[in-house]
Amino acid sequence: MKKKDKILGIAVVSPTIVAIAIFVYGFISLTIRSSFSNWNSFSSLLRGVYKFVGFRNYHRIFMDWRFQTDLWNTLFFTLLFMFGAMALGVLLALLLDRGLKGSRIFQNIFLFPMALAFVVTGTTWGWIFNPGDFPKDPAGINLLFHKLGLSGLEWGWYTTTSHLGPFNLALIPVAIAAIWQLSGYTMAMYLAGLRSIPDSILEAAKVDGATPWQIFWKVKFPLLKPITLSAMIILGHISLKIFDLIYAMTGSGPNNVTDVPAVYMFELTFRSNRYALGSSISIIMLLMVAAVIIPYLVSSMKKEA
Amino acid sequence: MKMKWSTVLAYSALIAAAIFYLTPIYVLLVTALKPLKDVSVSTMWNLPIHFSSGGFAGAFQKLWPNMKNSFILVIPATLISAFLGSINGYVFSKVRFRGDNLIFTLILFGMFIPYQSILFPLIQFLQKIHLYGSIGGLIFANTVYGLPITTLIFRNYYMDVPNELIEAAHIDGTGIFGAYWRVLVPLSIPAFVVVVIWQFTNIWNEFLFAVTVTSDPTKQPITVALVNLAGSQVVEWNVQMAGALLAALPTLLVYILLGKYFIRGLLAGSVKG
Repeated sequence: MKKKDKILGIAVVSPTIVAIAIFVYGFISLTIRSSFSNWNSFSSLLRGVYKFVGFRNYHRIFMDWRFQTDLWNTLFFTLLFMFGAMALGVLLALLLDRGLKGSRIFQNIFLFPMALAFVVTGTTWGWIFNPGDFPKDPAGINLLFHKLGLSGLEWGWYTTTSHLGPFNLALIPVAIAAIWQLSGYTMAMYLAGLRSIPDSILEAAKVDGATPWQIFWKVKFPLLKPITLSAMIILGHISLKIFDLIYAMTGSGPNNVTDVPAVYMFELTFRSNRYALGSSISIIMLLMVAAVIIPYLVSSMKKEA
Repeated sequence: MKMKWSTVLAYSALIAAAIFYLTPIYVLLVTALKPLKDVSVSTMWNLPIHFSSGGFAGAFQKLWPNMKNSFILVIPATLISAFLGSINGYVFSKVRFRGDNLIFTLILFGMFIPYQSILFPLIQFLQKIHLYGSIGGLIFANTVYGLPITTLIFRNYYMDVPNELIEAAHIDGTGIFGAYWRVLVPLSIPAFVVVVIWQFTNIWNEFLFAVTVTSDPTKQPITVALVNLAGSQVVEWNVQMAGALLAALPTLLVYILLGKYFIRGLLAGSVKG
């Protein structure tokens, strides 16, 4: 390629490079800067006096009981959501891969929630999981259980303050809503993976006398490993950032049982003007996401270089 | 013909799953179609006895201005980010320059960051350029932060286009723009469709920028208006469920009409398998 063309090419992408440099990396630096500042009231911010306070905001936030709850909640939610969405995704993909009649329709049904907004999902499942006053006056899904004679399954859903060690059980219905929305994604990924396995490999295994179960564990499963890794990374980073779903469905919940860092950050920054504390939460969120994403990006970059 | 027991089992599992996925749609529809006086938590699973368009009429009246805002936001933001992504994708896949892989990876990282980590500086910036609180501000934010994904999808697509095609165009004496415009663009209509659908859906459904950049209810997109509907004093559930359906309708329609491309966008969004 001619040198002139190369320079033209660089000129064409440079606006994007500059935009990303400013609006991603520059703005992250500004947020880091304010996380080390005393901007915890509107007046201090208005005066615009920057006072460096070191790690004081980080110290305060990690000592904060609500933020500690948020971290446990994030961990619990992530475990439930990732396991649920992946298990359901792989199961549905295997069922659809059998080539049964009507598979297409089922696939479309499993995938449509992906097209919806998290706030729509949150609003709807919030209404379904509202527990009512059980056993006296059950509502939502409790009422359904009641009618089906499964009263034993009635409980407080996202309003419960029961917990399992540090894990708040109120997050289970929230995770179910998230699984409902995103399991179609993992299903689509696994289905694409299963369909890319050459028939010749499966035929050869069959000729060798492998049972369907053996074919799954010994042939398909190892070949699906990269997809499992991708799915874990995609779902993991969504989970660490989750905001709209919880904001629309439950908010913080009683005693912060469904609170997550993003909701706390939003309240601190936009409801109480505590920008410095809010910034320190965003930077902690960024670090958590970076820990998941950077190794992945680096390895895929090396693969291509 | 007798069905094998494993087939029966597979169908039962698929049907059970389909019930789980469709339950919220059932609840949305039956609640939205009831008159307010029939909406109660104790009858929420029942089919409506009296049908009423009141829920939809109320939702439409309350949400139509916001729905318009969403369209005003989503159309330019989608088109601009798709166009820029296509040019970027071309350069990163076919022109190539020193350090391009590293720069591309740095751009890609912008796709995954929690937007909380840029939110406050972004708002200050929008205030400075007088776009804060406006749909223009949201168009700006969604365009900029949409660039990584649109660049990625186009780059991956153009990677599969043989270099020979571009070289042939060069030999014929066209510059890099000629090759892009005459060879690549006509070939990449499917990629444009995928990117437009992906961006349309994401921007339509976006909430964090929408709720923090616009505080005036008349400027807010539909996602924010829907959440505010729930926060109002008397929750009219039939109106709210109709509102949720209304907010979901455009992306749902895109999915129903162009599902194939929607799935491709989905898979392209997962970087690479």
